[in-house]
Amino acid sequence: MSAKRLPQGGRIDRDQRIRFTWDGSSMTGYAGDTLASALMANGETVLGRSFKYHRPRGIMSAGVEESGAIVTVGQGRRRDPNVKATMQELYPGLAASGQNAWPSVRFDLGAVNGLFGRFFSAGFYYKTFMGLPPMEWGKGTGLWMQYEKIIRRAAGMGVASREADPDVYDHVHGYCDVLVVGSGPAGLSAALTAAKAGLDVLLVEQDCELGGDYLNQADEASGKKRKDLIAKLEKAGARMMTRTTAFGLYDYGTAGLLERVTDHIASPDKHLPRHRFWTVRAKQTIVATGALERQVAFGNNDRPGVMNVAAGRSYLNRYGILPGQDIVVATNNDSAYATAAELASAGATVSLLDARATIPESMMSLVGNSGVNLHTRSAPLNVRGSHGVNGLDFAVAGQGGWSAQGSESCDLVLVSGGWSPVVHLLSHRGIRPVWNVEQACFVGPDEVNEPIYMAGSAAAVWNIEDCLTSGESAATKAIKALGGKARQKKAPAPGGWESPIEPLYEVTVSGRQLKSFVDPQHDVTTEDVRLAHREGFVSVEHLKRYTTLGMATDGGKVGNIIGLALMADAQGKEIPEVGTTTFRPPYTPVSIGALKGRNVDGHFRPLRRTPMHVWNLDHGATMTMAGLWHRPWYFARKGEGISEAYVRETETTRRTVGLCDVTSLGKIAIQGPDATEFLNRIYTNPFAKLPIGKARYGIMLRDDGIVMDDGTTWRLSETDYFMTTTTAHAGKVMVFLEELLQTRWQDLRVHVTSVSEQWAGSAVAGPKSREVLEACVEDPSVMSNDAFPFMGVIETTLKGGIPCRIARISFSGEMAFEAYVPSDYASALMDLLWAAAEPLDGCLYGLEALGAMRIEKGHVTGAELDGRVTIDDAGLGKMASPAKSFIGSAMRNRPELMREDRPRLVGIKPKDASQTFNAGSILCAEGKVSGLGEGWITAVTHSPAMGHWIGLGFISSGYEAWEGKTVIAADPVRKGNIEVEIISPHMYDPDGERMYG
Amino acid sequence: MIRINCPFCGERDHTEFSYGGDASIVYPELDASMEEWHDAIFMRENIRGMQSETWHHANGCRMWLVVERDTMTHEIQSVRPAHKGNAAVLSTTDTGGEQ
Ligand SMILES: [Zn+2]
Repeated sequence: MSAKRLPQGGRIDRDQRIRFTWDGSSMTGYAGDTLASALMANGETVLGRSFKYHRPRGIMSAGVEESGAIVTVGQGRRRDPNVKATMQELYPGLAASGQNAWPSVRFDLGAVNGLFGRFFSAGFYYKTFMGLPPMEWGKGTGLWMQYEKIIRRAAGMGVASREADPDVYDHVHGYCDVLVVGSGPAGLSAALTAAKAGLDVLLVEQDCELGGDYLNQADEASGKKRKDLIAKLEKAGARMMTRTTAFGLYDYGTAGLLERVTDHIASPDKHLPRHRFWTVRAKQTIVATGALERQVAFGNNDRPGVMNVAAGRSYLNRYGILPGQDIVVATNNDSAYATAAELASAGATVSLLDARATIPESMMSLVGNSGVNLHTRSAPLNVRGSHGVNGLDFAVAGQGGWSAQGSESCDLVLVSGGWSPVVHLLSHRGIRPVWNVEQACFVGPDEVNEPIYMAGSAAAVWNIEDCLTSGESAATKAIKALGGKARQKKAPAPGGWESPIEPLYEVTVSGRQLKSFVDPQHDVTTEDVRLAHREGFVSVEHLKRYTTLGMATDGGKVGNIIGLALMADAQGKEIPEVGTTTFRPPYTPVSIGALKGRNVDGHFRPLRRTPMHVWNLDHGATMTMAGLWHRPWYFARKGEGISEAYVRETETTRRTVGLCDVTSLGKIAIQGPDATEFLNRIYTNPFAKLPIGKARYGIMLRDDGIVMDDGTTWRLSETDYFMTTTTAHAGKVMVFLEELLQTRWQDLRVHVTSVSEQWAGSAVAGPKSREVLEACVEDPSVMSNDAFPFMGVIETTLKGGIPCRIARISFSGEMAFEAYVPSDYASALMDLLWAAAEPLDGCLYGLEALGAMRIEKGHVTGAELDGRVTIDDAGLGKMASPAKSFIGSAMRNRPELMREDRPRLVGIKPKDASQTFNAGSILCAEGKVSGLGEGWITAVTHSPAMGHWIGLGFISSGYEAWEGKTVIAADPVRKGNIEVEIISPHMYDPDGERMYG
Repeated sequence: MIRINCPFCGERDHTEFSYGGDASIVYPELDASMEEWHDAIFMRENIRGMQSETWHHANGCRMWLVVERDTMTHEIQSVRPAHKGNAAVLSTTDTGGEQ
């Protein structure tokens, strides 16, 4: 290939020279160039190496189907591998390099892989590493481990940066009446027709310019028509997006778009995202995605300097490059003739091989007038040259097939094996394309059960005038479907060539060994496909996976049809009988960054803060995550770490008083005449007779009898209850209550409202808790033991007129209260409480101390109620009323759930009091440290009250069965084995004297 | 992306909703036998085609809906409030509320 930039012509701006580097060498191109066209104009031919054999690869196309010029763009944190040079716009300072090669794409040591070609034939990985005889466990795997590193390096696809991506990506949501994908003649005309009808039209184009095939035309009329259509579209108010790929179609007209915002800009505005990921909901979709030109399999058809014909035309007419001097154009259809003539007119010596015997007169004269040498019944057989093309062996069609017919020197081979409409988006919807014999391609079916219309060459309409009509026709269908008025234009039938295509997929002559590529990116040859057939692969889907045909970054755009044709031939069938593979999104690769959008770091998931958050921080809290919540973990004083802090907080709370932000608990208002009945059905324990002004601890089961949640519910009036749930299950409980009321128990007159955000709360725990609250309420008499007994509830007013509801409930095991105020008063509540608690030598405590105190008491939380535990397992069986039915009451009696040897909640302490142990350890009988053991540890803490470490967990048959026995807490990957004793879970103040006091 | 026409909120992405389950299940009385509860909780048809199912408009109006959806094509035939009172108040038709 000896490409030359022409002195004029094309859509490039010769006044804007652009400097860029290729493998470190400085080069220049022009504004309007792609990286591929600029490299071609600079005489670069070998731009990459193939996946397995490391054969040299050059530019094969001018578009998204590129399979050769796959390069790495950018450096450092912005290094982006596997970029198609044909789609990368040139910008000043662009740094690109070849990949899959060392030391360079021209001199690649990996090319020795080519010598071992037989090792890499179809099914190579399967045969070598999974089925090695003898089929002993681990044999194949062992070899794989050994060779994987070498092979992965040899058969790589470029290397991504290991540094964090510095760019920002956005998610955008959009709506439109009509989405038009593709802005060629059909797309432009469809969009204009719909926009003129007053519809909201969104036209998306993957290229940097609108126009599609108009951009590759040399004549002035085409250029004018394109400009005219775009001007009219602007006037009609259509929205148009370039550099935007509709990569997938989904249910209900949802389309996924990838907008490449800054990939073409040297120094983008730092406020711009690199990509935008659009989710567009379109009422109607017009797919005008064009067609891709097919290759033909012949010897060394992967050499740099073998391209498709349309690419030759594009480089000539769009980029002002004569891509070769001695050019052979090989075709089996009419579409190559214009290109051959244009290349000849531009100064190249052109030979045209047409596989067909009869050529229409007009085609003959078109090339004849341009000095093209036409050879009918001729096809390319084998390319000569190793790093490029220096000659071509021909074949001619005879009675029994092809036979060799001499050769010709040339520097470029352009091939057209026919055209494949881009039916990918239709395929995404599960709609199977059908084989059109006359046009030798797959097209969409006539009837589609969704508002999707194919237009232009995507519907196998080959000439531009017909494409305009095709677009208009599709648009009128969309207009009518939306209730508008339009005169239905008849859609042109597939076709448009003067003489029919003659299918040609492979050229071979008997007795000649050729290396003919079907999928040049994955190095799949015609022999690989035949080998797969011989080995019994009949399904196309299996063929694809076995040979990896179509699994490279182009997703089968290049090789699929040839592969199908070869399979059909081997099986003695027609192509449609063999089937087509299903195209799946994305049409072209979507960056991981675009998928994640802004959902990274702090935005990865919602962060919930209580209204006391700032107050807690101001008072020395170290925070931790509890689900989505940010909660105080501990309040370290000078010189304290977490261990010192939580031990002091626990000790202080048990001695005087402690305050703890409990706002994150779920809170649900349950109101209505049937509220009492409702609670009585959902809790295992009786709620029918809970007096006004009292709270009750309750347990809820799921329908299947497993514990769902626990918490306290306060009765505020005859018809008004205030339920608290655990932090973790707040959402789940709310959903379940709504479901029960709206579906199963529609007759119950109850309304549930989540008030978790409305109320902020603090626990006030410890012997001096009443004293603290007395100092805070306007009327201290409400706090007396008689007025406010254990499990009592009051609604009162705090100093300063702050409304407040308080219950005397305890999670810590001390005399304790939970006080809630409207969220806006959160800081005021804490100020009041702390002003009273601090002089009493009280403390603030966090989750760590909260956990320590609840473990001492044997109170369960989410760590214990893990969705496998029954109410009996948790040691709370007496909470299940035998006198009533409730959710889960039938199913909790399933035999398996009633077994005596089920794991039950127990307390755990080390045999040697100086030892510690870990949550997550497996509890095993002494001498039987293996398997699943007898139970597990859910939570551990240092107990200041007992002076050693304690834990909660579950062990088969409960603590009574293990009394006096040594049990092993096995933690093989961390601490090893620790000897422990199993005790009652109620390790501290088991009779609750401190609580009632 | 399935789009569900909530009778209260209008047409919304399915990501605003959470799937409930088979809407044809009649849950037994609380004092029904273990066998009846077993069947109600665990026994499900694996329908290919139109299925009646519950959805919760969790990130919307919080209404539980009964949706008739084709499990093959995701085509939705009807959406209505699960609660008869809600249905009466919204006086919806079977094809959903505001169009
Ligand atoms: Zn809603």
